[in-house]
Amino acid sequence: MIGDAAKAAAVLFVAAIVQVTLLAQIDVFHGAPDLVLVTLVSIALLRGTIFGAIAGFAVGLVVDTATLQTLGVTSLLLTIAGYWIGRYGETTGRDRTHAPFVSVAVVTFLYSLGALILHYMLGDNVSASRVLLDAFPFELIFNLILTLPVYALCRRLFRRAPTGLEEVQLIG
Amino acid sequence: MAGVLVLLSIGLITIYFRESSGGGLHQVQSAGATVLRPFEVAADRVSRPFRDAYGYFADLVNAKSENNRLRSEVDQLRQQATQNAAAASENVTLRKKLHFVNSRSFPRNYTYVAADIDAQPSSALVQQVVIGAGSANGVQLNDPVVTDAGLVGTVVKVAKRQSLVALLTDDTTWVSATDVNTRARGIVKAGSSFEHVSKDQRVDLGDELVTAGWKSGTLSSIYPPNIPIGRVTSVGQNDVALYKSVQLQPFADFNTLSSVLVLIPKNRR
Repeated sequence: MIGDAAKAAAVLFVAAIVQVTLLAQIDVFHGAPDLVLVTLVSIALLRGTIFGAIAGFAVGLVVDTATLQTLGVTSLLLTIAGYWIGRYGETTGRDRTHAPFVSVAVVTFLYSLGALILHYMLGDNVSASRVLLDAFPFELIFNLILTLPVYALCRRLFRRAPTGLEEVQLIG
Repeated sequence: MAGVLVLLSIGLITIYFRESSGGGLHQVQSAGATVLRPFEVAADRVSRPFRDAYGYFADLVNAKSENNRLRSEVDQLRQQATQNAAAASENVTLRKKLHFVNSRSFPRNYTYVAADIDAQPSSALVQQVVIGAGSANGVQLNDPVVTDAGLVGTVVKVAKRQSLVALLTDDTTWVSATDVNTRARGIVKAGSSFEHVSKDQRVDLGDELVTAGWKSGTLSSIYPPNIPIGRVTSVGQNDVALYKSVQLQPFADFNTLSSVLVLIPKNRR
């Protein structure tokens, strides 16, 4: 567990730094890839609710600190995203090939929507059309492209050690 | 557990939002940003050769057509420069005769701090960047930020070694501006539209807009006059609207922004 936490911390920290320094500069109709979100979704799918929520909260704080934004905004959104995807990973999404892609697609939309609502509630001048119509399609495409390599890397890093107790499926 | 973290996040947002810019959470954030800065600089340095290579090849594609365009522009500007030099010397003479007192002007009364772009939020909601200069470098709230191309934005948050700059394209950025050719005045909003230009004023396609730099009693614009903002790309008006509808293209290229200059008034230091 501690080893997993250390690995998750390292991976998410690198993702956050790469995100705020490099990937955020990509701008296609205001849309940019979100490596932090994709990495968090991958980790939460593999490690469940508690892990996902804590990882989301921590990486959100790093992102808000690095970008000098209101502390807690990204944490709140990523905590919920991590928890929710962790729940999906523990239940219906388990071992399904399409789970990472479905999760990233749904979370990308809900994250954009959540950020929009939160910024609106904080009194920021927000444009729903810019976020949901202009930026979202490109953000979704970028994130889905990132999903394959990031999920593969996370699966390799967070591979469960064999316990000797293997699941047996009964046929018939 | 997740509920506790959600409540903690809401608590952080509430405290951060309500406290002043010198409050505890802001200071913790400033210290955190200082700790993260070396990692951001390292990431930037590692990626720079790749970005430069991309920029080099991207520029090559347009090099020939751009060369022809720039050559004709140089010819035009050379003629204009000669006329301007004559007008400037005449202007100096006339000002002396009138004992004209200048207000603070750019760039003569300003010094600058050069800073790299350290980070930026990856959200379509905010058009802001974090630069690598802060209060320790003399940067203060509302200092204008420029590049050699023109106005970039304004400092909206200052940490010790970093500052947050709201770009010209941010929805919160409004700049009082003047048309260089016709002297029409209005307000540039979010770097895309020139607003509150009354119908009796003239604005032509291709006109350059610069900061107006107004002063009224003790109040004055945070931008000094004559910083280039952008070029007018469309002008329209209809019978119903009170004002003209003017669109512009900023001179600064926000997609390739890698370093900026923060203007600091000389007499403030």
